Amino acid sequence: MSRLSAAFAKGHPALVCFVTGGDGPTPAILDALVEGGADVIELGMPFTDPMADGPAIQQANLRSLGAGIKTADILKMATDFRARHPEVPLVLMGYANPMTIRGPEWFAQACTKAGVDGVICVDIPPEEDAELGPALRAAGISLIRLATPTTDAARLPAVLDGSSGFLYYVSVAGITGKQSAALASIEEAVTRIKQTATIPVAVGFGVRTPEQAGPIARVADGVVVGSALIDIIAEHGDNAPAKVRELVSALANAVHNARKVEA
Amino acid sequence: MNAPIPNSFRTQPDAQGHFGQFGGRYVAETLMPLILDLEAEYRKAKADPAFQAEFDDLLEHYVGRPSPLYFAPRLTEELGGAQVWFKRDELNHTGAHKINNCIGQILLAMRMGKTRIIAETGAGQHGVATATVCARFGLPCTIFMGATDVARQQPNVFRMKLLGAEVVPVTAGAATLKDAMNEALRDWVANVHNTFYIIGTAAGPHPYPELVRDFQSVIGKEARAQMLSRVGRLPDLLVAAIGGGSNAIGLFHPFLDDPSVRMMGVEAAGHGLDFAHAASLAGGRPGILHGNKTYLLQDEDGQILEGHSISAGLDYPGIGPEHSWLKEIGRVDYTSVTDVEALDGFQLLCRTEGIIPALEPAHAIAAVKKIAPTMGKDEIILANLCGRGDKDIFSVAEHLGVKL
Repeated sequence: MSRLSAAFAKGHPALVCFVTGGDGPTPAILDALVEGGADVIELGMPFTDPMADGPAIQQANLRSLGAGIKTADILKMATDFRARHPEVPLVLMGYANPMTIRGPEWFAQACTKAGVDGVICVDIPPEEDAELGPALRAAGISLIRLATPTTDAARLPAVLDGSSGFLYYVSVAGITGKQSAALASIEEAVTRIKQTATIPVAVGFGVRTPEQAGPIARVADGVVVGSALIDIIAEHGDNAPAKVRELVSALANAVHNARKVEA
Repeated sequence: MNAPIPNSFRTQPDAQGHFGQFGGRYVAETLMPLILDLEAEYRKAKADPAFQAEFDDLLEHYVGRPSPLYFAPRLTEELGGAQVWFKRDELNHTGAHKINNCIGQILLAMRMGKTRIIAETGAGQHGVATATVCARFGLPCTIFMGATDVARQQPNVFRMKLLGAEVVPVTAGAATLKDAMNEALRDWVANVHNTFYIIGTAAGPHPYPELVRDFQSVIGKEARAQMLSRVGRLPDLLVAAIGGGSNAIGLFHPFLDDPSVRMMGVEAAGHGLDFAHAASLAGGRPGILHGNKTYLLQDEDGQILEGHSISAGLDYPGIGPEHSWLKEIGRVDYTSVTDVEALDGFQLLCRTEGIIPALEPAHAIAAVKKIAPTMGKDEIILANLCGRGDKDIFSVAEHLGVKL
């Protein structure tokens, strides 16, 4: 069983945590995510033009690039993470240009070498899959696609085709870190998606607190939290890891026990 | 190696929106369904004579088309070579070619039942043109503009506000055109249900490069017919400035299958190609940004670099994908001129023809100045005068060291 599949087969919903690589003391932050109880780690590759992200993650991207972080540094962070945490799945998330600029095969190989389990590319829809998908699949790296409130039933199979690991359901039509969706609409969407999807469905965008994450975990296979962690890193900088661990612990508690509470 | 030469240069893009390896639809999933809807609606509109008739009627009676084709006698004499002609798109309502595309797109927006318009703008010309058509059709309009550009283009900011638009200064990144486009995309993603994004240049996700080109092709269609009727033959060389490339593709496209017509696109070399510039074809390489694959100014990691040009309208680190394709297959030649050369071209046209050009076509004029003397007196250059220079007199004065 792959690390990603195992993360969703622990008998409880998974907590997926996103941070931008190179924003703050990333290795210590990644360790804090694991210690806090995150089941899947998403490591953001910074990009100059993060057009699907809200102000918090935009600023994180710019802080990282401003600190001189290169693609090679991100891959090194992944490699080192894999050495420290052999079992925790690690996903790279970012935009098409930094991922494809040296060619898809180069990127797929780099992911393999770094022990990366999956890739989320915001701006490569199924229509442009050739840009990255075949190379990742050939290398055994999961291509994790996004589904959104605008992805209707007719389109969903195309989104699922060629994707693996999990499906990232973006609960609001919008950018990261902004408003959150009503629980009823998330439940409706996840139920609908799970009629077609054979892979786990994780829900993200606008999820910031244990109070929000718990109820979502009752209906979804996983919950993704990003901007709330980025805000802590922005505020606390080098002292962020302890604060990050604190929030992740609370989130993990809410997500992992969501269904027990219900029962 | 150039790609094989096709039978026609006018059949792009393919069904997936690709011009050779360029173009495409690199957008977030939220936008994909809308982009597909837009394409379907555009196909219907293109086949609908009523849509074309309304477009033509507005271009004639609201924009003031056809724009004149003008022989420039004193400029020709001064340069001492080929005859120089101009397509006078600076005489359009709002003073530039941008309005042609805005008319087309707002008609599409209304066909799709969209009730709110957004756009990005750099120098403010596309913002003004968008605000204009929104006022004309009574739709609310939000224009995203880099905070740096807001500060240096105050007259256009005021124009947009007079026309009823909300102007949102964007402080992200370098706060210029590329950042304004990012912010417009963020707004669009959050408001897809009611909002239409009027993109100002022949770039962005398919079908934008195609539809902007089609709406701007009125320039080349008119010019071709006017040239045939005035001098009985086609021009030998077309010249147009390129930022994203909408005025250039609008002029070039109807001539692409005329083998005797050479074409030259003129990028902004800023302080020079070894320094800060905005010449994506000369100094960039293929990459993915803002929904399409095209030549981009970028570093080895694919991080996007800031463009620089004296002309805020050319100050963009990318270029429309069809130009990338036309460069790669060799159908169009691309060159670049510096800020200093463009300022010189600006003054040359003022002095010889009594026309104050915008700084964007001043780049085309600077290229004409270089090439006309190398051509015979029986040869014809047709350059696109895509905007007038009223908006630029303050920055030109500053660069010339004149205090107003």
